[in-house]
Amino acid sequence: MTTTVPTPQQAASTSAGTGTRATRALGIAAIVMLGWTAAFGLGFSPADRDQRDAVRILYVHVPTVWVAYLAFIITALCSAIYLFTKRHSLGFDRVAGASAEVGVAFMALTLITGALWGRITWGVYWQWDARLTTTALLFVSSIGYLAVRGLGGSHHQRAKRSAVIGLLMVLEIPLVHWSVRMWRSLHQDASVLDPSGDVTMDGLMLFSLFVGVIAFTLLYIWLVLHRSRTLALADLIEDRGLDQAVASRRAEAGVN
Amino acid sequence: MLGTIVAMDDAGFILGSYAITAAVLIGLAWRVLRISRRLSPQVDDVDKYWT
Repeated sequence: MTTTVPTPQQAASTSAGTGTRATRALGIAAIVMLGWTAAFGLGFSPADRDQRDAVRILYVHVPTVWVAYLAFIITALCSAIYLFTKRHSLGFDRVAGASAEVGVAFMALTLITGALWGRITWGVYWQWDARLTTTALLFVSSIGYLAVRGLGGSHHQRAKRSAVIGLLMVLEIPLVHWSVRMWRSLHQDASVLDPSGDVTMDGLMLFSLFVGVIAFTLLYIWLVLHRSRTLALADLIEDRGLDQAVASRRAEAGVN
Repeated sequence: MLGTIVAMDDAGFILGSYAITAAVLIGLAWRVLRISRRLSPQVDDVDKYWT
């Protein structure tokens, strides 16, 4: 990829980054909410009757998996819009790619926090249990998605290839989610609602979890906004580099 | 609140999960902002749809 180094005049005529007033407000809101998540998770919420203090990992574990699911669903949605609409807008491809990158990080956090929680409650970091195995499979698939995005080719080739993977990847989410009911599993069933749909959590615990979900969702939106904009910048710079390379070859060959 | 945290059972695992989560998310945000600051000066504002 050919990149151009900006002159001081160019640098002065451009804004500092991919931020806007809205993203700055969103970032501050996310930081405040993350602080509240830590305060409620570690301090204000009570210990569980059965799991005692280990339940405090729930307030980061569940929001991370929620955001990972959300990220991969947004990736699939944007992939479908890219593939099945006439415009084939690369903007949707970039949001899909940005969302998947963020989703991979949150999926990794789900596995790590789950392993730490498992060590306390089960005595081991890892078991080839249905929920853990399907989650690991989704994580590997999402890394595969990012690997496919990194292959060469034009922007539209990249978008088409990765959109197909993105649509296949999202099919694993129901498998992960329902794995605890489909197979005998060490992993506990749904944390918030029991099978009949009734809320089974204590009020303050539920509120702490809610704060965590809001905080991580705000952070997800902030990350995807910035990352999709940096992907747009990278595409612009790559296109300009290609245009310049073609123009210099034409000039060398004396072709107008 | 500090007393509650210090007195927790398995405090190492619990605090570790929060610390790892914070470290990964701060690292991710820092990486995104660093790429943004590196690429942004190379493109004029008129080409940035968010400006």
